[in-house]
Amino acid sequence: MQDLLTIGGKTYRSRLLIGTGKYRDFAQTRAAVEASGAEIVTVAIRRTNIGQNRNEPSLLEALPPSRFTYLPNTAGCYTAADAVRTLRLARELLDGHDLVKLEVLGDPHTLYPNMPETLKATEELVKDGFKVMVYCSDDPIQAQMLEAAGCVAIMPLASLIGSGMGILNPWNLQLIIEKVKLPVIVDAGVGTASDATIAMELGCDGVLMNTAVAAARDPVLMAKAMKKGVEAGREAFLAGRMPKKLYSASPSSPTEGKIAPKAA
Amino acid sequence: MNGKAHSLEPPIDVSALLASLELAGKKVAVERNGEIVPRSAHANTLLADGDALEVVVAVGGG
Repeated sequence: MQDLLTIGGKTYRSRLLIGTGKYRDFAQTRAAVEASGAEIVTVAIRRTNIGQNRNEPSLLEALPPSRFTYLPNTAGCYTAADAVRTLRLARELLDGHDLVKLEVLGDPHTLYPNMPETLKATEELVKDGFKVMVYCSDDPIQAQMLEAAGCVAIMPLASLIGSGMGILNPWNLQLIIEKVKLPVIVDAGVGTASDATIAMELGCDGVLMNTAVAAARDPVLMAKAMKKGVEAGREAFLAGRMPKKLYSASPSSPTEGKIAPKAA
Repeated sequence: MNGKAHSLEPPIDVSALLASLELAGKKVAVERNGEIVPRSAHANTLLADGDALEVVVAVGGG
């Protein structure tokens, strides 16, 4: 049986979602995305450089929207109004594409989400027909509010955006996974492959990352490692780990027929 | 446009503006005074003095 991820009514084989920022060039972006096996790639929406580099290749040429599901984000938005405006431009830009990543930030120092504005923007976008995947704090109550508001995926941070600090509060992530029915995707904070594995072992439905791959010494190799990390974590979660047994060791080899005497 | 003042020869519509910027046929989205101008309406949306335009593209991001 195939283990598919369903978001907003569409299914995906890969549970790794990848950002396209901070790479050396589009060739490296493309190579890293290919190595990661990701089907969903995030992009930012920015003003064109009027009068500059008109013949420069574009991201849409490097990563054709026919092959990848674009997830336009609202990076850099600090109000619900700016985020909604940005995503309406994204929808126009991508010919009516309605799957989006909402992030409304609280301050430039932490990039921590502003949850009241995030909730407001979610409500407005849902009303306007968008399928909203929401970057949010790892608060299970806020997550349930977002679910009630009609978003299609809950995306709590594991630690601050771009920090590479890993999964700082697995307990809160677990609470969110228990409390919401929507896909839960860890977004932000993953630093290396084992972080992605831990997120998946907890029962997350996917992991979204950018800097962990782009800022690795070898981004393409790290993308490959992340693919394996996510797959290993997912399979371990599905397999159901053995219980932890403190003070109660159990040998894997037979206890009978040993030549050594019994321990005291 | 994109936060900077531009002087244009009227009458000019959004299509003509994009062509003058060598952006014709490029994947861009246009907002005029806070409202999206759909691609299908570029050719018949005349610009007026004082209009605020945003012309955006997709770039790498997380």
